[in-house]
Amino acid sequence: MSPQPRSAVGAPLSRVDGRLKVTGRALYAAEHEAKGVLHAVIVDSSVGRGRVTSIDADAAEAQPGVLRVIHHGNAPKLPYRDNPGSNNPPGGRRLRVFQDDKVLFHGQPVAVVVATTLEAAQHGASLVKVRYDAEKPSTDMAAATPDQPTEYARGDADAALRAAAVRLDLTYRMARNHHNPMEPHATVARWDGDRLTVWDKTQWVVGTQTELSTVFGLPLASVRVISPFVGGGFGSGLRCWPHTVVAALAARETGRPVKLVLGRRQQYFGTGFRPAYEYRLRLGSDRRGRLAAAVHEMDAETSSYETFDEAIMLAGQMFYSTPHVGQAYRKVPLDVNTPIWMRGPGFANASFAIESAMDELAHELGVDPIELRLRNEPAEDESNGLPWSTRRLRECYTVGAREFGWDRRDARPRSTRDGELLIGLGMAAAVYDPGRMPARARVRLGADGTAVVEAAASDMGPGTYTSQTQVAADALGLAMRAVDFRLGDSLYPQTPPHGGSMTMASVGTATLDACDKVRRQAVTLAVEDGESPLYGADAEDVVVRGGRLHVRGNPARGETYRSLLARNGLARLEADGSYAGPPEPARHSYFSYGAVFTEVAVDATLGLVRVRRMLGVYDCGRIVSPKLADSQALGGMVGGIGQALLEHTVTDHRDGRIVNANLADYLVPVNADIPDLRAIYLEGEDTRADPLGVKGVGEIVQVGVAAALANAVFHATGRRVRELPITAEALL
Amino acid sequence: MHPFTYTRVSDTREALNAGRRGGRYLAGGTTLVDLMRETVERPEALVDISGLPLGEVTVTERGGLRIGALVTMSEAAAHPKVRTLYPVISEALELSASAQLRNMATIGGNIMQRTRCTYFRDVTAACNKRQPGSGCAAREGVNRTHAILGTSDACVATHPSDVAVAFAALEASVHLLGPDGERRIAFADFLLRPGSTPQREQALRHGELITAVEIPALPRPLKSGYLKVRDRQSYEFALTSAAVALHVRGGLIREARVAAGGVGTVPWKLPAVERHLVGERPSGALWTAAAARAAEGAHPLQHNRFKVELLKRTVERQLRVVGGTR
Repeated sequence: MSPQPRSAVGAPLSRVDGRLKVTGRALYAAEHEAKGVLHAVIVDSSVGRGRVTSIDADAAEAQPGVLRVIHHGNAPKLPYRDNPGSNNPPGGRRLRVFQDDKVLFHGQPVAVVVATTLEAAQHGASLVKVRYDAEKPSTDMAAATPDQPTEYARGDADAALRAAAVRLDLTYRMARNHHNPMEPHATVARWDGDRLTVWDKTQWVVGTQTELSTVFGLPLASVRVISPFVGGGFGSGLRCWPHTVVAALAARETGRPVKLVLGRRQQYFGTGFRPAYEYRLRLGSDRRGRLAAAVHEMDAETSSYETFDEAIMLAGQMFYSTPHVGQAYRKVPLDVNTPIWMRGPGFANASFAIESAMDELAHELGVDPIELRLRNEPAEDESNGLPWSTRRLRECYTVGAREFGWDRRDARPRSTRDGELLIGLGMAAAVYDPGRMPARARVRLGADGTAVVEAAASDMGPGTYTSQTQVAADALGLAMRAVDFRLGDSLYPQTPPHGGSMTMASVGTATLDACDKVRRQAVTLAVEDGESPLYGADAEDVVVRGGRLHVRGNPARGETYRSLLARNGLARLEADGSYAGPPEPARHSYFSYGAVFTEVAVDATLGLVRVRRMLGVYDCGRIVSPKLADSQALGGMVGGIGQALLEHTVTDHRDGRIVNANLADYLVPVNADIPDLRAIYLEGEDTRADPLGVKGVGEIVQVGVAAALANAVFHATGRRVRELPITAEALL
Repeated sequence: MHPFTYTRVSDTREALNAGRRGGRYLAGGTTLVDLMRETVERPEALVDISGLPLGEVTVTERGGLRIGALVTMSEAAAHPKVRTLYPVISEALELSASAQLRNMATIGGNIMQRTRCTYFRDVTAACNKRQPGSGCAAREGVNRTHAILGTSDACVATHPSDVAVAFAALEASVHLLGPDGERRIAFADFLLRPGSTPQREQALRHGELITAVEIPALPRPLKSGYLKVRDRQSYEFALTSAAVALHVRGGLIREARVAAGGVGTVPWKLPAVERHLVGERPSGALWTAAAARAAEGAHPLQHNRFKVELLKRTVERQLRVVGGTR
C-alpha cells in the first residue's frame, strides 16, 4: 500500500451507488433508451438437433408493427473472425447465428422478429413457423462418449492406492446449475454509420467489444460497449452470447437501434451454465488418515461445438498433502449450448467431492473431520513445490470451530435430536484460485479538488464502484464523496473480465497506481513551488487527507489540491495506472481459503433438510470493504445452499428440452430457506499477493458449502448423499 | 401474447352477456395473464370482473361460510371467521404462492388455476390438455412433480391449488351464475379428472361465472390444519400436501375430513382414510393405519414413485398434528 493514511479502505462503508439503485436511477442494460428503438424477439429452435428445412414468416410479417424477420435464409454472411481475445473457449467453433440451417441444441436462435413494439415482436415471434428435419439429440452425459481426458499425475497413484491400508471408492454427481441473475440478459444496439454502440449486460465490456468487432469484421475502435450496472451475473455475463450479436445484426439490417431482452426461459439456453459433473474419487490413506493416494476422474458436460474447460483439477493437486495423485478430466460433448463459469467455478464442484470424501474418511477412521484435515495439511504446494503466499487454513478451522461450537458435536451420526427433527453438524474446507491479470485505470484530479477514476471493469453486484472508490480515496487523500469512480465502458482503460475473484486485486492495483501517481505529482508540484507552504518539504513526508496536502505530523503546514492547482493555473492532474499481473515465474502459490460450518435439521419422515445456521471463516487477505465482503459471503452461502439442496437444470433427453426453464420450477433459495448466516474474515493481508494485499472474496464463499451441508445431513441422518441437489426422495 | 380485447364490467348481467359472447373472465390475472404471456392461453376477449360485488365473506344460515369469488387469497386467509372456523383454509392459503400473488389472486381464480405441468406451459411440447390429441409429453418424460392419482393415458398433470385441497376435504360447494340462472355444484364435481378430455378441467357451462365457494357447517369442536411438503420452504407448489379436519367428541372421532394435494389430477379426497378414522379413538397407531390407505389406487410414474410413500407420511403427520396424539 501507499504511505497514505488508510481511512476508507477497511471501513464498513455502504455502497456508493446504493441510492441510485434503490431509487431506480441506476440504468441496467434494457433501460437505456435509444431514439427510435425497435424491439427484437428471438425465435428458438424447438428441436434439439437437426436442420431447419423451412421458415414461414408470412403471418408474422403481416402483423402490424412487425418490420423484419431475419433468419439463416435472408441474413447476411458475417465474417466471424477468430477471437482469441475473449472468453470464447479455445477449442471448437463458436455458434454462428443465422449463418446456416444447422440446429445444434434445443433453444438455439433460428430467427429474430423485429418490430416497433415489444408486444408486436413477441406476438410475431409466436407466429413464425419453423419446420425441421429433426434428429434425436444426445444430451445425457451418462449415455454419451467423452473426449480424450486431460490428465495429471504425480507419483504412482494406482500402486499407492492398492497398497493403502484404507481405501475409499466414491462417485459423486452434481446437477447442472444456471446462474439465474435477477436482471435478464439484454442488449440495446445502435449503429452510427459503420460504428456500433451496444448497451449490454456483461461482466466484461472489453470481451464483448472484441467479440462484436470480430463477428462483424470491424476495427476494435469502431465498437463501443457500455454496461454501467449489472443486476447480478455469477458468471453468466463473462462471455458475449449469440443474442448480443443478434441485436447488433437486427439493428444493422433495419437501420435503427434495436433492443433485445432474453425472456426468462431463454436465459437457460441463451447463456451458459455450470456443467453437470460425475466425479469419481478414490482415496487411499494410512490408519491415521494420512493420504497416500488420490485418483480423481471427472466427467463434465460441454457442447458439441465448443470444449468448455474449468479449474476442476487444481484443488485435487494442491489442497491436501498427497504423495501420489492421478487425475483424468473428460469433457462430454452433448447437443447442448456451451457451459460457462459459475460462482466458484471448478472448485465449487471439486470441493463437493473432495470434502465429502474427507468426511467419509473421517467417519471411516473415527477421526474428527477437522483433525483429519490438519493431518493432511501440506507444507507447500505439492503440485509445483512453491511456498504458500499465505495459507491460514488452520486459523480458519480454529476460529470456526470455536465460534460455531464444534466441540459440542457428538460425532456419532443420528445422535442428536430436537423433537422429531434430526440435527446434524457438518463442516468442509474451501479453496479458490483467485485470478490476477493485467489491468489499467486512469485518474483525473480536477481543479475543484475532486477526482474522476475510470476503468472498463464491471460491477455485477459485489460493489466494484464502492471498493475502487475506497482505494482511490485513500491513495488520493480525498473523501469518498470527492471521488467519482466510473466503469462499464470499453472507452475506459482496459481491464480483465469481472470474474474469477480478480477485480479487487487487478483493477484495484491499477487504480491504486494511478492515484498514487497523481498524488505524487501534486506533492512534487507543492514541494517545488516557492509559494506553497510545503515548499522545500521532503516529498516523502507529505501526506494528503481530505484533499489537503500537509507534512506528516504537522497538519498546519499544508494546502489543498484546489489552491495548489489554482495557483499553478492547472485545470487538472492526470495519470494512467496499471497492474502488470503476478510475477512470472511465480514465486508463491496463491489461493484463498475458508472453512464452512453448518447445522441442519432433517425431518427424516418427510425427507426435508432445513438449514439452521452457517458460518464461514475465510482467509482472503485484506478486506477492502467489510460490509460488501459480508454481502458477498452471505450471497455465496445462499448460492451454496441452492447448489446443495435445490438447484437442478432438468433436461428431457428425448428432445433436449430444458423442462424447468423458469423460476417456479428451477428452484433457488427464498428467504424462508435462509437461516442465520455469518462470515468471519481473518484479519490481515497477503503482502505477497499484490500491492493491496487482497485475494478476492467473490468465489471462495460458495466453495465448500454444498459439502458442509451434505456432511451435516450425514451427521444428522447417517445417510450419505453423493448427488446434488439433495432432495426429499434421497432421504425418505 | 396474442392480441385480445379487454372489457371491464360493473354488474353480473353485463359480465354474463360478455361471457356468453365468448369472453374469458379475468379477476386477479395471476394465472391467466401468465399463461397468455406464454401463449398457452390465447383468449380473444377478456372480461374484467374485478369490479363485481363478489368480495364478501359471510356466515350462512346453517353456520357454514360463504366466500365470495372475488375475495382475494390474502383477505380470505386473514378473515376472522375463516381463521376461527376453518384454520385449514387459512393455512392452505398462507402456504400458497407469495404475499404479492395472494394480494392479487382471488378465490374464484384460485380454483380455476391451471396445472404447473411444464409441458403444458411450453407450447412447443406435446400436451393433450393444451392441444387435445397432441399427446402427453409428461407421461414418459420428466414427471417428478406429476400426479400419481386420478391420472389417465391422456394426462398426468396435478391440480396446483392448495386451498382447493382444503375445499375438497371440507366438501365445499361452488355457486355458479349462468345465462340460465344460479346453480350450486359440489366441489368434488366441479373439478374434473382428465380422462380422455384433459382440456376440460371444470364442470362449467358456457359463460358461467363462479360467484362463491361455500363451506358447509361442520360439528364443533372442529380441529383442522394443512401441511404442505415441498423442496423449498416458501413459494413453491406442493410435492404432497394434506388437509385434515377432525371432530372428536367423547374421546372418539365422530367426523373426519381428509384430502391430499400435489398427488392428484384434482384435489384428492381420501374417503378410505376418513372411514378408517371415524368411530375410533385417536392414537399414533390409528394415524399410521389410516394414512397407510392414503395412496390406494396410485399409479406412480418413473420419477415420482417417492410420492407414494411421501403421501402416506404426509397424511400421517398431519393427522397427528391435528389429532394431537403421538
